[in-house]
Amino acid sequence: MPRQLSYRHALREAFDEELARDPMVVLMGEEVAQYNGAYKVTEGLWEKWGDKRIVDTPISEAGFIGMGVGASMLGVRPVMELMFWSFYTVAWDQIINNGGMVRYMSGGKIHCPIVVRGPANGGTGVGATHSHTPENIMAGFPGMKVVCPSTAYDAKGLMKTAIRDNDPVMFMESTALYGELWDVPSNDEIPGGELIIPFGVADIKRVGTDITLIAHGRAVITCLKAAEILEAEHGIHAEVVDIRTVRPLDEDTILDSVTKTHRAIYVEEGKPFCGVGAQIAYMIQNRVFDELDAPVQRVCSLDAPAIYSPPLEKIQIPYPEVIVAKALSIC
Amino acid sequence: MATLTAPSAKHADAPINQKLTPSDKVALHRQMVRIRAFEQLSIQHYQGGKMGGFLHLYIGQESVAVGTISLLGENDHVITAYRDHGHALASGMNMNECMAELFGKATGCSKGKGGSMHYFAPDKNYWGGHGIVAGQTPLGLGLAYGLKYQDKKGCALCYLGDGAVNQGAFHESLNLASLWNLPVIYIIENNGYSMGTSQRRSSAYKSCLAERAEGYNIDWEQFNGEDIYEVRARTQVAIERAHNESRPSVLEIATYRWEGHSVADANKMKYRTKEEVERYQAEHDPIQVWKRNLLQEGAATEAELKAIDKEAWKEAEDSAEFAKNSPYPTPESIFEDVYWEVDNKTESGSSGRHFFND
Repeated sequence: MPRQLSYRHALREAFDEELARDPMVVLMGEEVAQYNGAYKVTEGLWEKWGDKRIVDTPISEAGFIGMGVGASMLGVRPVMELMFWSFYTVAWDQIINNGGMVRYMSGGKIHCPIVVRGPANGGTGVGATHSHTPENIMAGFPGMKVVCPSTAYDAKGLMKTAIRDNDPVMFMESTALYGELWDVPSNDEIPGGELIIPFGVADIKRVGTDITLIAHGRAVITCLKAAEILEAEHGIHAEVVDIRTVRPLDEDTILDSVTKTHRAIYVEEGKPFCGVGAQIAYMIQNRVFDELDAPVQRVCSLDAPAIYSPPLEKIQIPYPEVIVAKALSIC
Repeated sequence: MATLTAPSAKHADAPINQKLTPSDKVALHRQMVRIRAFEQLSIQHYQGGKMGGFLHLYIGQESVAVGTISLLGENDHVITAYRDHGHALASGMNMNECMAELFGKATGCSKGKGGSMHYFAPDKNYWGGHGIVAGQTPLGLGLAYGLKYQDKKGCALCYLGDGAVNQGAFHESLNLASLWNLPVIYIIENNGYSMGTSQRRSSAYKSCLAERAEGYNIDWEQFNGEDIYEVRARTQVAIERAHNESRPSVLEIATYRWEGHSVADANKMKYRTKEEVERYQAEHDPIQVWKRNLLQEGAATEAELKAIDKEAWKEAEDSAEFAKNSPYPTPESIFEDVYWEVDNKTESGSSGRHFFND
């Protein structure tokens, strides 16, 4: 029986291993220490590692994230939790202008090994202010890396890479996935002794021949459900490509898949305007136009601020049936 | 004829100033004169179309950067805002790299990627050069955090203008600095104007801006910045507090900028009078104040100080020649210094696409 871990436990294991490996790694954020994390991602770490390594901050995102950026310039490696990624708006200047730009503006004299992490998803009934999905926005800044794992396995492997990376990494999780279980081998089952997933390497989560569903984060899971329906009810074999990191982006895996299936849909929980899918749809038509048997399609959240009303919120975010309908429209 | 304000024997006699040898004192003068020559020459080249963007000049404020930075040791760090030429030169950056940066040349301190507001020299503990008002204040806090985390006895001097005290990031930084006992010293260089808006029109305060530190239980002081003796004596107290007690301070240092907010400040003679500017130039010029100290103490002669002026101008002119003769960055270099992992050709930098130009 392979070992199963929840998404949050997998992240916690990544933190624990990296805290042990590198004394410069510090976890900080609101309620991450004594409270054990608002979503219990950091549960038990303060007890194990103490005040120096696991730091409760005041509700002061611009202050503590800017502080983390400054500390990283001196060699500290802060992993900073936004209780919701939605709170990036109050730390915007520190994340973008300082974290994102200081390497360039200093002509490469400074680098900024920070991780800013937390859940970036809607669908939990918390309204527009707490439901932002800014992966397309953050990926719009050269200098940033954007990581959106869809499984516990990927979450662990990508988090370990994020902490070791010397560039600012925007790591976006999902509260809807924190409790989900996946196979995550323990280190003694892994050649090399630890789970590390490089950035810029997509993962084919399901092999298919008729259409490519491309996604990141929780939308990957939605695509897998849609693929099951497509196969069971329509005999359509969908391939599901999880890009895992938005920037850097593994274009080759996408293009190889589309070259095989000749049809593609990008699925994301973000909004359509200048979404991740817009960039990828452009890339597909630009590079493999002649391979396409239909225009590239997108399924995004419906283009309005996140609505509160629970039944409507459910249909604002991509769900399997809407992906199935979109697939049928081009198959 | 206008007279300079009187020196304070009290500050000249402070232990930290008693340690200064005559040649140390002359070196402080040389630093101020170099900064002024560099900036006065940069105006000429700005007006001659050799550089773009903004040019925020420090002329009139030199004693603050030179006095405070002269106190720093191996584990003490400096970070400032966009009026950064003085702090950069005082931290030991050379005129060539600074002038070339203004000209947008590859030999500039930031390879022509930062410009006037974004000078950096981490090897000299100088961390910029930041363009957004008060944006550097959490970074200064982070430098202090980094020092404390690594158990190093040091401090971070984080400079800001009087306009920056109204930004939220500064207040968040003060709270964290005090809460976590971080050795950061915020130095408000109060030149009276946040761009074209006077202090009275922009800030609410009781006695002064630094007093806001009181609410965060941070020690603070307000003093005059035109005499290096006073700047050094009173800043040293804060440095010792940071080194020995790991506690922050807020210092508000009164100073005056002779030029506009930037060279592009079209209204620089509208929000203040010509008489006000001339009075500061005649009575409160920090270079003249220090020169008088040197002459009165016999630390230098008129002839020696004239020679220093001349050397500084020669150095500035040479730096402009260096800048003029330097190449612009290559188009390929646009994509360098974006990602550490790409520049260093690591595995992480080699997988996936990082740049999206076609």
